[in-house]
Amino acid sequence: MTARIQPTQEEYYRGIPTVPYDLVKELAIALAAVLALIVVLAALLSSPDVAPATVQTWAASDPVGFVATATDELSGSTVAANYGPPYNSGSGSIQGFGFLSPQSWLGVHQPVDPANDFVLAPLKVASAGNTDLAAALDTYIKADDKTRQGWLSGYSKALKDAKADPSGSFTLATGDYGPLPVMMDGLRRQAQGGGLDGVLLSRGGFYQTDYTRPLLFMGDGGYLAGLADAQKLTGSQWGMMNETGSYPGQTWLWLYTFWYQVPPFAGSSNADLGVVLTVTLLSLGLMLTPFIPGLRDIPYLIPVHRLIWRTPPPTNGGGQTAAPGSLPVPH
Amino acid sequence: MTVGRRSWTSRTRAYLEQRLPSANLLPDRQPYYVGSWVYVFGIVTIAALVWVLASGVVLAFFGPDWWHINRAGRFFNSIHFWGVQVFFVFMVLHLWGQYFAAGWRDGRAKTWMIGVVIFLVSIVAAFTGYVSQQNFDAQWIAVNAKDAMNSVGAGAFFNVLNFGQMYGIHVMLLPIAVVMLVGLHIVLVRMKGVVKPIDRRARQDS
Repeated sequence: MTARIQPTQEEYYRGIPTVPYDLVKELAIALAAVLALIVVLAALLSSPDVAPATVQTWAASDPVGFVATATDELSGSTVAANYGPPYNSGSGSIQGFGFLSPQSWLGVHQPVDPANDFVLAPLKVASAGNTDLAAALDTYIKADDKTRQGWLSGYSKALKDAKADPSGSFTLATGDYGPLPVMMDGLRRQAQGGGLDGVLLSRGGFYQTDYTRPLLFMGDGGYLAGLADAQKLTGSQWGMMNETGSYPGQTWLWLYTFWYQVPPFAGSSNADLGVVLTVTLLSLGLMLTPFIPGLRDIPYLIPVHRLIWRTPPPTNGGGQTAAPGSLPVPH
Repeated sequence: MTVGRRSWTSRTRAYLEQRLPSANLLPDRQPYYVGSWVYVFGIVTIAALVWVLASGVVLAFFGPDWWHINRAGRFFNSIHFWGVQVFFVFMVLHLWGQYFAAGWRDGRAKTWMIGVVIFLVSIVAAFTGYVSQQNFDAQWIAVNAKDAMNSVGAGAFFNVLNFGQMYGIHVMLLPIAVVMLVGLHIVLVRMKGVVKPIDRRARQDS
Protein backbone atom coordinates (compact mmCIF):
# COMPACT_ATOMS: atom_id res chain seq x y z
CA MET A 1 0.00 0.00 0.00
CA THR A 2 1.39 3.40 -0.87
CA ALA A 3 0.65 6.55 1.10
CA ARG A 4 -1.46 9.12 -0.73
CA ILE A 5 0.68 12.20 -1.21
CA GLN A 6 -1.25 15.46 -0.82
CA PRO A 7 -0.20 18.25 -3.16
CA THR A 8 1.33 21.36 -1.63
CA GLN A 9 -0.53 24.64 -2.14
CA GLU A 10 1.90 25.58 -4.89
CA GLU A 11 1.10 22.35 -6.71
CA TYR A 12 -2.64 22.67 -6.06
CA TYR A 13 -2.83 26.26 -7.35
CA ARG A 14 -0.53 25.68 -10.34
CA GLY A 15 -1.92 27.44 -13.38
CA ILE A 16 -4.55 29.40 -11.40
CA PRO A 17 -4.21 33.19 -11.51
CA THR A 18 -3.75 34.87 -8.14
CA VAL A 19 -4.66 38.33 -6.90
CA PRO A 20 -3.39 40.46 -4.01
CA TYR A 21 -5.19 39.67 -0.76
CA ASP A 22 -4.65 41.43 2.59
CA LEU A 23 -5.82 38.89 5.15
CA VAL A 24 -4.83 40.90 8.22
CA LYS A 25 -6.58 43.99 6.90
CA GLU A 26 -9.70 41.92 6.22
CA LEU A 27 -9.64 40.59 9.79
CA ALA A 28 -9.21 44.10 11.20
CA ILE A 29 -12.16 45.39 9.16
CA ALA A 30 -14.27 42.37 10.19
CA LEU A 31 -13.44 42.97 13.87
CA ALA A 32 -14.42 46.63 13.62
CA ALA A 33 -17.61 45.96 11.64
CA VAL A 34 -18.81 43.15 13.91
CA LEU A 35 -18.02 45.19 17.04
CA ALA A 36 -20.01 48.10 15.65
CA LEU A 37 -22.93 45.78 14.88
CA ILE A 38 -23.09 44.15 18.31
CA VAL A 39 -22.52 47.44 20.16
CA VAL A 40 -25.48 48.97 18.29
CA LEU A 41 -27.62 45.90 19.02
CA ALA A 42 -26.57 45.92 22.69
CA ALA A 43 -27.17 49.64 23.10
CA LEU A 44 -30.55 49.61 21.39
CA LEU A 45 -31.96 46.27 22.53
CA SER A 46 -30.07 45.39 25.75
CA SER A 47 -30.51 41.75 26.85
CA PRO A 48 -33.17 39.71 28.64
CA ASP A 49 -33.03 39.48 32.43
CA VAL A 50 -36.33 38.54 34.03
CA ALA A 51 -35.80 37.92 37.74
CA PRO A 52 -35.70 34.26 38.73
CA ALA A 53 -38.65 32.64 40.45
CA THR A 54 -38.01 31.60 44.04
CA VAL A 55 -39.78 29.27 46.41
CA GLN A 56 -40.61 32.43 48.34
CA THR A 57 -42.36 34.11 45.38
CA TRP A 58 -44.11 30.81 44.60
CA ALA A 59 -45.48 30.42 48.15
CA ALA A 60 -46.47 34.09 48.28
CA SER A 61 -48.30 34.19 44.94
CA ASP A 62 -49.89 30.74 45.13
CA PRO A 63 -49.94 29.44 48.73
CA VAL A 64 -52.52 26.75 47.96
CA GLY A 65 -50.56 25.45 44.97
CA PHE A 66 -47.37 25.49 46.98
CA VAL A 67 -48.88 23.51 49.88
CA ALA A 68 -50.61 21.11 47.44
CA THR A 69 -47.26 20.37 45.79
CA ALA A 70 -45.57 19.87 49.17
CA THR A 71 -48.39 17.49 50.16
CA ASP A 72 -47.93 15.54 46.92
CA GLU A 73 -44.20 15.31 47.66
CA LEU A 74 -45.05 13.66 50.98
CA SER A 75 -47.46 11.22 49.35
CA GLY A 76 -44.90 10.45 46.64
CA SER A 77 -47.14 11.41 43.72
CA THR A 78 -45.04 14.13 42.07
CA VAL A 79 -42.80 13.85 39.03
CA ALA A 80 -39.65 14.28 41.15
CA ALA A 81 -40.79 11.65 43.67
CA ASN A 82 -41.18 9.06 40.91
CA TYR A 83 -38.51 10.35 38.52
CA GLY A 84 -35.87 7.63 38.61
CA PRO A 85 -32.20 8.06 37.69
CA PRO A 86 -30.22 10.19 38.17
CA TYR A 87 -32.25 11.37 41.21
CA ASN A 88 -33.82 8.32 42.84
CA SER A 89 -34.98 4.74 42.35
CA GLY A 90 -38.37 5.65 40.84
CA SER A 91 -39.33 4.80 37.27
CA GLY A 92 -41.82 7.52 36.26
CA SER A 93 -39.45 9.45 33.98
CA ILE A 94 -37.19 6.68 32.71
CA GLN A 95 -37.06 6.70 28.92
CA GLY A 96 -36.01 3.82 26.72
CA PHE A 97 -36.59 1.85 23.57
CA GLY A 98 -36.52 -1.84 24.41
CA PHE A 99 -33.13 -2.66 25.89
CA LEU A 100 -31.83 0.82 25.04
CA SER A 101 -32.19 2.83 28.25
CA PRO A 102 -28.97 4.67 29.11
CA GLN A 103 -30.81 6.55 31.84
CA SER A 104 -31.29 3.28 33.73
CA TRP A 105 -27.81 2.03 32.97
CA LEU A 106 -26.08 5.00 34.61
CA GLY A 107 -28.12 4.92 37.83
CA VAL A 108 -28.54 7.45 40.65
CA HIS A 109 -25.88 10.19 40.75
CA GLN A 110 -27.65 13.20 42.33
CA PRO A 111 -29.74 11.54 45.03
CA VAL A 112 -32.96 13.41 45.80
CA ASP A 113 -35.64 12.19 48.22
CA PRO A 114 -38.40 14.78 47.68
CA ALA A 115 -40.50 13.94 50.77
CA ASN A 116 -37.54 14.32 53.07
CA ASP A 117 -35.46 16.89 51.17
CA PHE A 118 -38.30 19.26 50.19
CA VAL A 119 -40.61 18.96 53.22
CA LEU A 120 -39.53 16.96 56.29
CA ALA A 121 -35.91 18.14 56.56
CA PRO A 122 -36.83 21.83 56.11
CA LEU A 123 -39.61 21.40 58.72
CA LYS A 124 -37.09 19.95 61.13
CA VAL A 125 -35.05 23.15 60.71
CA ALA A 126 -38.18 25.30 61.17
CA SER A 127 -39.29 23.38 64.27
CA ALA A 128 -36.33 24.59 66.32
CA GLY A 129 -38.00 26.69 69.03
CA ASN A 130 -41.49 25.90 67.72
CA THR A 131 -42.94 23.19 69.97
CA ASP A 132 -46.24 22.89 68.08
CA LEU A 133 -44.45 22.28 64.81
CA ALA A 134 -41.96 19.90 66.43
CA ALA A 135 -44.82 17.89 67.95
CA ALA A 136 -46.72 17.75 64.65
CA LEU A 137 -43.61 16.60 62.82
CA ASP A 138 -42.96 13.96 65.47
CA THR A 139 -46.55 12.71 65.16
CA TYR A 140 -46.24 12.44 61.39
CA ILE A 141 -42.92 10.62 61.47
CA LYS A 142 -44.11 8.11 64.07
CA ALA A 143 -47.40 7.35 62.26
CA ASP A 144 -47.65 4.25 60.10
CA ASP A 145 -47.89 4.52 56.30
CA LYS A 146 -51.62 3.80 56.13
CA THR A 147 -52.42 6.55 58.62
CA ARG A 148 -50.15 9.01 56.81
CA GLN A 149 -51.74 8.23 53.43
CA GLY A 150 -55.18 8.76 54.95
CA TRP A 151 -54.19 12.22 56.22
CA LEU A 152 -52.44 13.11 52.95
CA SER A 153 -55.35 11.94 50.78
CA GLY A 154 -57.95 13.89 52.76
CA TYR A 155 -55.76 17.00 52.99
CA SER A 156 -54.96 16.90 49.27
CA LYS A 157 -58.66 16.65 48.38
CA ALA A 158 -59.57 19.49 50.73
CA LEU A 159 -56.88 21.71 49.18
CA LYS A 160 -58.70 21.57 45.85
CA ASP A 161 -61.46 23.73 47.41
CA ALA A 162 -59.18 25.83 49.59
CA LYS A 163 -59.63 29.56 49.45
CA ALA A 164 -56.55 31.78 49.63
CA ASP A 165 -56.86 34.88 51.81
CA PRO A 166 -55.00 38.22 51.61
CA SER A 167 -52.71 37.26 54.50
CA GLY A 168 -50.98 34.69 52.30
CA SER A 169 -52.72 31.78 54.03
CA PHE A 170 -55.87 29.86 53.08
CA THR A 171 -58.96 28.35 54.66
CA LEU A 172 -59.73 24.68 54.45
CA ALA A 173 -62.83 22.57 55.13
CA THR A 174 -62.63 20.84 58.50
CA GLY A 175 -61.51 17.22 58.47
CA ASP A 176 -59.12 14.69 59.98
CA TYR A 177 -55.80 15.70 58.48
CA GLY A 178 -53.68 14.69 61.47
CA PRO A 179 -50.64 16.94 61.95
CA LEU A 180 -50.63 18.12 58.32
CA PRO A 181 -52.29 21.54 58.84
CA VAL A 182 -49.65 22.51 61.42
CA MET A 183 -46.81 21.09 59.31
CA MET A 184 -47.93 22.75 56.10
CA ASP A 185 -48.61 26.03 57.83
CA GLY A 186 -45.04 25.89 59.13
CA LEU A 187 -43.65 25.06 55.69
CA ARG A 188 -45.68 27.82 54.03
CA ARG A 189 -44.48 30.39 56.56
CA GLN A 190 -40.91 29.20 56.14
CA ALA A 191 -41.24 29.51 52.34
CA GLN A 192 -42.94 32.90 52.40
CA GLY A 193 -40.25 34.21 54.75
CA GLY A 194 -37.54 33.11 52.31
CA GLY A 195 -35.99 30.52 54.62
CA LEU A 196 -36.98 27.50 52.54
CA ASP A 197 -34.95 28.73 49.54
CA GLY A 198 -31.82 28.63 51.64
CA VAL A 199 -32.63 25.32 53.33
CA LEU A 200 -33.30 23.59 49.98
CA LEU A 201 -30.01 24.88 48.63
CA SER A 202 -27.94 23.93 51.67
CA ARG A 203 -26.10 20.65 51.73
CA GLY A 204 -24.51 21.24 55.10
CA GLY A 205 -21.57 23.30 53.96
CA PHE A 206 -21.22 27.07 53.63
CA TYR A 207 -20.79 27.62 49.88
CA GLN A 208 -23.58 26.40 47.59
CA THR A 209 -23.99 26.31 43.82
CA ASP A 210 -26.22 23.28 43.20
CA TYR A 211 -29.88 24.22 42.61
CA THR A 212 -31.06 20.68 41.82
CA ARG A 213 -33.43 20.42 44.79
CA PRO A 214 -35.18 23.81 44.64
CA LEU A 215 -35.56 23.56 40.86
CA LEU A 216 -36.99 20.04 41.03
CA PHE A 217 -39.41 21.17 43.75
CA MET A 218 -40.54 24.22 41.78
CA GLY A 219 -40.76 22.10 38.63
CA ASP A 220 -43.30 19.87 40.36
CA GLY A 221 -45.66 22.79 40.96
CA GLY A 222 -47.60 24.80 38.43
CA TYR A 223 -46.06 28.17 39.31
CA LEU A 224 -42.90 27.92 37.18
CA ALA A 225 -44.82 26.49 34.22
CA GLY A 226 -47.42 29.25 34.53
CA LEU A 227 -44.73 31.94 34.35
CA ALA A 228 -43.14 30.18 31.36
CA ASP A 229 -46.48 29.88 29.57
CA ALA A 230 -47.08 33.60 30.00
CA GLN A 231 -43.67 34.23 28.40
CA LYS A 232 -44.39 31.73 25.57
CA LEU A 233 -41.55 29.45 26.65
CA THR A 234 -43.28 26.08 26.87
CA GLY A 235 -42.45 23.14 24.66
CA SER A 236 -45.58 23.44 22.53
CA GLN A 237 -44.57 27.06 21.94
CA TRP A 238 -41.13 26.01 20.61
CA GLY A 239 -39.84 27.22 23.96
CA MET A 240 -36.22 26.10 23.54
CA MET A 241 -35.82 28.73 20.84
CA ASN A 242 -37.41 31.59 22.78
CA GLU A 243 -36.34 33.83 25.59
CA THR A 244 -38.35 36.08 27.86
CA GLY A 245 -39.58 39.22 26.15
CA SER A 246 -39.08 39.43 22.41
CA TYR A 247 -35.44 38.40 22.44
CA PRO A 248 -34.13 35.64 20.23
CA GLY A 249 -33.20 32.54 22.17
CA GLN A 250 -31.29 29.50 21.02
CA THR A 251 -32.64 29.75 17.47
CA TRP A 252 -29.89 27.39 16.30
CA LEU A 253 -31.82 24.64 18.15
CA TRP A 254 -34.75 24.94 15.71
CA LEU A 255 -34.16 21.49 14.28
CA TYR A 256 -33.93 19.94 17.75
CA THR A 257 -37.13 21.70 18.87
CA PHE A 258 -38.87 20.84 15.61
CA TRP A 259 -38.88 17.09 16.34
CA TYR A 260 -40.86 17.62 19.55
CA GLN A 261 -43.69 19.13 17.48
CA VAL A 262 -44.20 16.21 15.08
CA PRO A 263 -45.07 12.50 15.30
CA PRO A 264 -43.86 10.11 16.50
CA PHE A 265 -42.19 12.29 19.14
CA ALA A 266 -45.01 14.77 19.88
CA GLY A 267 -46.68 13.53 23.04
CA SER A 268 -44.43 10.47 23.34
CA SER A 269 -43.20 9.49 26.80
CA ASN A 270 -39.84 8.72 25.17
CA ALA A 271 -39.71 11.98 23.21
CA ASP A 272 -36.49 13.27 24.77
CA LEU A 273 -34.53 10.09 24.07
CA GLY A 274 -35.97 9.82 20.56
CA VAL A 275 -35.24 13.45 19.67
CA VAL A 276 -31.72 13.41 21.13
CA LEU A 277 -30.88 10.21 19.23
CA THR A 278 -32.38 11.60 16.02
CA VAL A 279 -30.47 14.87 16.27
CA THR A 280 -27.28 12.96 17.14
CA LEU A 281 -27.67 10.87 13.99
CA LEU A 282 -28.36 13.98 11.90
CA SER A 283 -25.30 15.70 13.39
CA LEU A 284 -23.16 12.68 12.53
CA GLY A 285 -24.60 12.81 9.03
CA LEU A 286 -23.64 16.48 8.73
CA MET A 287 -20.14 15.74 9.98
CA LEU A 288 -19.67 12.78 7.63
CA THR A 289 -21.23 14.52 4.62
CA PRO A 290 -18.01 14.25 2.56
CA PHE A 291 -18.33 10.46 2.69
CA ILE A 292 -22.09 10.04 2.20
CA PRO A 293 -23.16 9.57 -1.44
CA GLY A 294 -26.25 11.59 -2.20
CA LEU A 295 -25.69 14.09 0.59
CA ARG A 296 -22.33 15.12 -0.84
CA ASP A 297 -23.79 15.32 -4.35
CA ILE A 298 -26.42 17.96 -3.58
CA PRO A 299 -23.99 20.89 -4.17
CA TYR A 300 -23.59 19.60 -7.74
CA LEU A 301 -27.32 19.14 -8.28
CA ILE A 302 -28.36 22.50 -6.81
CA PRO A 303 -25.82 24.84 -8.38
CA VAL A 304 -25.58 27.48 -5.66
CA HIS A 305 -21.85 27.39 -6.46
CA ARG A 306 -22.60 29.43 -9.57
CA LEU A 307 -23.67 32.25 -7.25
CA ILE A 308 -20.62 31.72 -5.06
CA TRP A 309 -18.01 31.74 -7.81
CA ARG A 310 -19.02 34.44 -10.25
CA THR A 311 -15.65 36.14 -10.47
CA PRO A 312 -14.05 35.45 -13.86
CA PRO A 313 -10.32 34.71 -14.03
CA PRO A 314 -8.22 37.82 -14.61
CA THR A 315 -7.56 38.32 -18.30
CA ASN A 316 -4.09 39.74 -17.87
CA GLY A 317 -2.30 36.52 -17.03
CA GLY A 318 -2.95 32.82 -16.70
CA GLY A 319 0.02 31.98 -14.49
CA GLN A 320 0.44 32.07 -10.71
CA THR A 321 1.18 35.75 -10.58
CA ALA A 322 -1.60 37.78 -12.05
CA ALA A 323 -0.83 41.49 -12.00
CA PRO A 324 -1.37 43.04 -8.53
CA GLY A 325 -4.68 44.78 -8.18
CA SER A 326 -6.17 43.07 -11.21
CA LEU A 327 -9.26 42.13 -9.21
CA PRO A 328 -10.84 43.85 -6.25
CA VAL A 329 -10.76 41.84 -3.05
CA PRO A 330 -14.02 41.94 -1.10
CA HIS A 331 -14.05 42.86 2.57
CA MET B 1 23.21 14.87 23.10
CA THR B 2 23.26 14.87 19.33
CA VAL B 3 19.93 15.38 17.66
CA GLY B 4 19.91 13.57 14.33
CA ARG B 5 18.25 14.76 11.18
CA ARG B 6 15.44 12.23 11.69
CA SER B 7 14.54 13.37 15.22
CA TRP B 8 10.89 14.11 16.02
CA THR B 9 11.73 17.80 16.25
CA SER B 10 13.42 17.96 12.85
CA ARG B 11 10.65 15.91 11.28
CA THR B 12 8.00 18.21 12.77
CA ARG B 13 9.88 21.28 11.53
CA ALA B 14 10.27 19.77 8.07
CA TYR B 15 6.56 18.90 7.96
CA LEU B 16 5.51 22.40 9.01
CA GLU B 17 7.95 24.05 6.62
CA GLN B 18 6.51 21.99 3.80
CA ARG B 19 2.83 22.11 4.75
CA LEU B 20 2.48 25.43 6.54
CA PRO B 21 5.17 27.86 5.47
CA SER B 22 4.57 31.42 6.67
CA ALA B 23 3.56 32.41 3.14
CA ASN B 24 0.63 30.00 3.42
CA LEU B 25 -0.25 30.96 7.00
CA LEU B 26 -0.43 34.66 6.16
CA PRO B 27 -0.63 34.83 2.37
CA ASP B 28 -0.66 38.15 0.52
CA ARG B 29 -1.94 36.61 -2.70
CA GLN B 30 -4.89 34.28 -3.19
CA PRO B 31 -6.49 32.49 -6.15
CA TYR B 32 -8.71 34.84 -8.13
CA TYR B 33 -11.89 32.95 -7.16
CA VAL B 34 -11.53 34.01 -3.51
CA GLY B 35 -13.12 37.26 -4.63
CA SER B 36 -16.55 35.98 -3.50
CA TRP B 37 -18.89 37.09 -0.74
CA VAL B 38 -19.02 33.56 0.65
CA TYR B 39 -15.53 33.87 2.12
CA VAL B 40 -16.59 36.82 4.26
CA PHE B 41 -18.74 34.61 6.50
CA GLY B 42 -15.77 32.69 7.90
CA ILE B 43 -13.80 35.74 8.95
CA VAL B 44 -16.78 37.60 10.44
CA THR B 45 -17.58 34.44 12.45
CA ILE B 46 -14.06 34.61 13.87
CA ALA B 47 -14.51 38.33 14.55
CA ALA B 48 -17.77 37.65 16.43
CA LEU B 49 -16.04 34.92 18.44
CA VAL B 50 -13.31 37.38 19.43
CA TRP B 51 -15.90 39.80 20.85
CA VAL B 52 -17.84 37.01 22.55
CA LEU B 53 -14.62 35.92 24.27
CA ALA B 54 -13.61 39.49 25.16
CA SER B 55 -17.01 40.34 26.67
CA GLY B 56 -17.03 36.94 28.39
CA VAL B 57 -13.69 37.69 30.04
CA VAL B 58 -15.11 40.93 31.46
CA LEU B 59 -18.26 39.17 32.72
CA ALA B 60 -16.24 36.32 34.24
CA PHE B 61 -13.88 38.77 35.96
CA PHE B 62 -16.68 40.62 37.74
CA GLY B 63 -18.62 37.47 38.60
CA PRO B 64 -22.07 36.12 37.78
CA ASP B 65 -24.04 38.64 39.91
CA TRP B 66 -22.50 41.82 38.49
CA TRP B 67 -24.48 42.21 35.29
CA HIS B 68 -27.83 41.89 37.09
CA ILE B 69 -27.17 44.92 39.31
CA ASN B 70 -24.84 47.19 37.35
CA ARG B 71 -25.59 49.15 34.15
CA ALA B 72 -22.10 48.64 32.74
CA GLY B 73 -22.41 44.96 33.56
CA ARG B 74 -25.74 44.78 31.76
CA PHE B 75 -24.15 46.44 28.72
CA PHE B 76 -21.30 43.91 28.66
CA ASN B 77 -23.83 41.10 29.04
CA SER B 78 -25.74 42.57 26.09
CA ILE B 79 -22.51 42.65 24.05
CA HIS B 80 -21.99 39.01 24.98
CA PHE B 81 -25.61 38.08 24.19
CA TRP B 82 -25.71 39.77 20.77
CA GLY B 83 -22.18 38.64 20.01
CA VAL B 84 -23.35 35.05 20.43
CA GLN B 85 -26.37 35.65 18.20
CA VAL B 86 -24.20 37.22 15.49
CA PHE B 87 -21.59 34.46 15.89
CA PHE B 88 -24.20 31.77 15.22
CA VAL B 89 -25.81 33.60 12.31
CA PHE B 90 -22.45 33.99 10.54
CA MET B 91 -21.31 30.48 11.46
CA VAL B 92 -24.46 28.95 9.96
CA LEU B 93 -24.05 31.08 6.82
CA HIS B 94 -20.41 29.94 6.63
CA LEU B 95 -21.51 26.33 7.07
CA TRP B 96 -24.15 26.51 4.33
CA GLY B 97 -21.76 28.42 2.08
CA GLN B 98 -19.14 25.71 2.45
CA TYR B 99 -21.75 23.00 1.98
CA PHE B 100 -22.89 24.37 -1.36
CA ALA B 101 -19.26 24.95 -2.31
CA ALA B 102 -18.59 21.29 -1.39
CA GLY B 103 -15.69 22.65 0.64
CA TRP B 104 -14.57 19.15 1.64
CA ARG B 105 -13.19 18.39 -1.82
CA ASP B 106 -9.57 17.70 -2.66
CA GLY B 107 -8.56 16.33 0.75
CA ARG B 108 -10.42 18.86 2.91
CA ALA B 109 -12.81 16.43 4.67
CA LYS B 110 -11.00 16.93 8.00
CA THR B 111 -11.47 20.69 7.75
CA TRP B 112 -15.21 20.21 7.15
CA MET B 113 -15.57 17.70 10.00
CA ILE B 114 -13.76 19.92 12.50
CA GLY B 115 -15.98 22.80 11.37
CA VAL B 116 -19.10 20.76 12.17
CA VAL B 117 -17.60 19.81 15.56
CA ILE B 118 -17.03 23.54 16.25
CA PHE B 119 -20.69 24.16 15.46
CA LEU B 120 -21.83 21.40 17.84
CA VAL B 121 -19.44 22.37 20.65
CA SER B 122 -20.52 26.01 20.24
CA ILE B 123 -24.14 24.94 20.77
CA VAL B 124 -23.17 23.29 24.06
CA ALA B 125 -21.13 26.38 24.99
CA ALA B 126 -24.11 28.65 24.31
CA PHE B 127 -26.45 26.28 26.15
CA THR B 128 -24.29 26.31 29.29
CA GLY B 129 -24.30 30.09 29.02
CA TYR B 130 -28.09 30.20 28.88
CA VAL B 131 -28.42 28.04 32.03
CA SER B 132 -25.75 30.14 33.81
CA GLN B 133 -27.64 33.43 33.47
CA GLN B 134 -29.16 33.20 36.97
CA ASN B 135 -32.51 34.53 35.78
CA PHE B 136 -35.88 33.05 34.84
CA ASP B 137 -34.71 31.93 31.41
CA ALA B 138 -31.89 29.96 33.02
CA GLN B 139 -34.32 28.28 35.42
CA TRP B 140 -36.84 27.31 32.80
CA ILE B 141 -34.30 26.09 30.27
CA ALA B 142 -32.53 24.01 32.94
CA VAL B 143 -35.76 22.47 34.29
CA ASN B 144 -36.77 21.37 30.78
CA ALA B 145 -33.36 20.45 29.43
CA LYS B 146 -32.65 18.13 32.35
CA ASP B 147 -35.10 15.56 30.93
CA ALA B 148 -33.26 15.40 27.59
CA MET B 149 -29.90 15.09 29.36
CA ASN B 150 -31.22 12.46 31.76
CA SER B 151 -32.90 10.44 29.00
CA VAL B 152 -29.55 9.68 27.36
CA GLY B 153 -27.74 9.18 30.67
CA ALA B 154 -25.76 12.43 30.36
CA GLY B 155 -27.57 13.81 33.42
CA ALA B 156 -25.52 11.46 35.57
CA PHE B 157 -22.43 13.61 35.06
CA PHE B 158 -23.76 16.78 33.35
CA ASN B 159 -26.27 18.25 35.80
CA VAL B 160 -27.91 21.27 34.17
CA LEU B 161 -29.53 22.18 37.51
CA ASN B 162 -26.10 22.65 39.08
CA PHE B 163 -25.16 26.27 38.43
CA GLY B 164 -21.58 25.83 39.64
CA GLN B 165 -20.93 22.98 37.23
CA MET B 166 -22.55 24.75 34.26
CA TYR B 167 -20.80 28.06 34.97
CA GLY B 168 -17.39 26.43 35.28
CA ILE B 169 -17.87 24.52 32.05
CA HIS B 170 -19.16 27.65 30.30
CA VAL B 171 -16.42 30.09 31.29
CA MET B 172 -13.48 27.68 31.22
CA LEU B 173 -13.69 24.35 29.46
CA LEU B 174 -15.86 25.09 26.43
CA PRO B 175 -14.21 28.39 25.46
CA ILE B 176 -10.84 26.60 25.50
CA ALA B 177 -12.32 23.80 23.38
CA VAL B 178 -13.88 26.21 20.86
CA VAL B 179 -10.71 28.31 20.55
CA MET B 180 -8.51 25.23 20.08
CA LEU B 181 -10.85 23.76 17.47
CA VAL B 182 -11.15 27.07 15.62
CA GLY B 183 -7.34 27.34 15.68
CA LEU B 184 -7.03 23.85 14.20
CA HIS B 185 -9.72 24.65 11.61
CA ILE B 186 -7.88 27.80 10.51
CA VAL B 187 -4.53 25.99 10.36
CA LEU B 188 -6.09 23.30 8.16
CA VAL B 189 -7.65 25.94 5.90
CA ARG B 190 -4.29 27.68 5.56
CA MET B 191 -2.41 24.40 5.04
CA LYS B 192 -4.68 23.20 2.28
CA GLY B 193 -5.57 26.55 0.77
CA VAL B 194 -9.00 27.51 -0.56
CA VAL B 195 -10.72 24.77 -2.53
CA LYS B 196 -11.11 25.28 -6.28
CA PRO B 197 -14.52 26.18 -7.73
CA ILE B 198 -16.73 23.26 -8.60
CA ASP B 199 -15.96 22.13 -12.11
CA ARG B 200 -18.74 19.87 -13.28
CA ARG B 201 -16.56 18.47 -16.02
CA ALA B 202 -13.84 17.30 -13.66
CA ARG B 203 -15.52 16.39 -10.41
CA GLN B 204 -13.34 15.37 -7.46
CA ASP B 205 -14.73 14.27 -4.13
CA SER B 206 -12.81 13.90 -0.90
